[in-house]
Amino acid sequence: MLSLRFDWSAIMHELSIAQDILEIVNQYVAPGQMNAVRSVKLKLGKLSGVVPDSLEFCFGAIVSDTPLEQASLDIEQVPTRADCPECGNSFLIEDPVFFCSRCGSSAIRVVSGTELQVVAIELADQESKGT
Amino acid sequence: MSVITIERKVLEKNDEIASQNRCFLAEREIFTLNIVSSPGAGKTSILEKTLEQRAGGLKVVVIEGDVQTDFDARRVARYSVPVVQIITHGACHLEAKLVQDALHKMDLTGADVLIIENVGNLVCPANYDLGESMKVVVLSTTEGDDKPLKYPAMFRNAAVLLINKIDLIPYVDCNLGVLRANALQINPSLRIFETSCKTGAGIADWCDWLKLNVRARSKGADRA
Repeated sequence: MLSLRFDWSAIMHELSIAQDILEIVNQYVAPGQMNAVRSVKLKLGKLSGVVPDSLEFCFGAIVSDTPLEQASLDIEQVPTRADCPECGNSFLIEDPVFFCSRCGSSAIRVVSGTELQVVAIELADQESKGT
Repeated sequence: MSVITIERKVLEKNDEIASQNRCFLAEREIFTLNIVSSPGAGKTSILEKTLEQRAGGLKVVVIEGDVQTDFDARRVARYSVPVVQIITHGACHLEAKLVQDALHKMDLTGADVLIIENVGNLVCPANYDLGESMKVVVLSTTEGDDKPLKYPAMFRNAAVLLINKIDLIPYVDCNLGVLRANALQINPSLRIFETSCKTGAGIADWCDWLKLNVRARSKGADRA
C-alpha cells in the first residue's frame, strides 16, 4: 500500500513565513475579532525570494477551519530599485544585473525589493458580520 | 471595513535572535561563516578539506544543519573539532533560534571560527539571518554556469563564492568565465575561489583567505 506522509515544512519556506504572519495577526487582533479579519496586507519585494502564489497557498492552508478562514493575503509586490551614488541615477532592476543602468557603476545601493512586511490588517465592521 | 495599519517585518523575531547570536559571537571574538549551496554541491567536502588544512591554523567549531541524519556531523567529528548537528526534520533552512540553541550546547573555548553548514537549498536560507559574519555560497560546476542568475538573492547576499568540482570542467557544460561573469553581475564584490575537493585545487588559497580575513577583521566583526 502506498503511504504518503506529507510534510508541509519540507516543501517550502513560505509555510514558516505564513505562520510568522499569523503570529503577527494574533498580536494585533483580539481573539473575539479573528472572524472579522478579511485581509492581511503584505509588502513583498521581488528580491525577497518568496513566491507570492506559494505564500497565498500556505496561508490559505493554515487558516482553513479556523476563525481566520475568511482572511486572505493582499500582496503588494515591490520591484527592485537601486540608487547610484556615482551619477545620481535611480533605476529599476528587472534582470538580475546589479550595475548602474546609466554609468555602469557597481557601487549601487539597493533601496527596495527585499521587503517582507505586514503593513495592514483589514477587518469587516461588526454590523456587516457574515457578509 | 476598519484597518489596522502596522509596519512589521515578518521575520522580525528571527532577525532579533540573529542579532543576539551576532553579539554573543562578537563578545567571544568568533568569526562566523554561514555556508549555503544546493544539495550536493560539496559543502561538507569543502569543510572537511578546510579542517584537513587545519583552516590555516585557526580553531574551528562547526554547526551542521540537515533535514535528516547526522552523517555530516560524523564526517566532521573525525577531525576532532567540536560539532553540533541540527536536524530540522523537514524544514528547508536553519533559523536563528536553532543556531542559538546549538551555541549554548557547544564548547566555544578558544574558538576563532564558527562554520555553520546550512541545509542544502539556494532559496530559503537567503531570508534567514543566523547572526553570521558572512555567507559563503558553494556552487558546483555540474549545476551549470547560469545558476547565479536563477538565485540572485542568495548570490547578492553572499560575500564569497566557492566554485567547486572544477576537476569536472572537461566533462560538463559549464564555462567558468560565464559563471564568474554571471555571479559578478549579481554581486560585483563577490570574492571567488575555484576549488576541487578531489584534487585539492584552490583549498589552500581559500584557507589562506579565511585566515587573513579573520585577522584583518580583528575577529567577530559585523557581517559583510
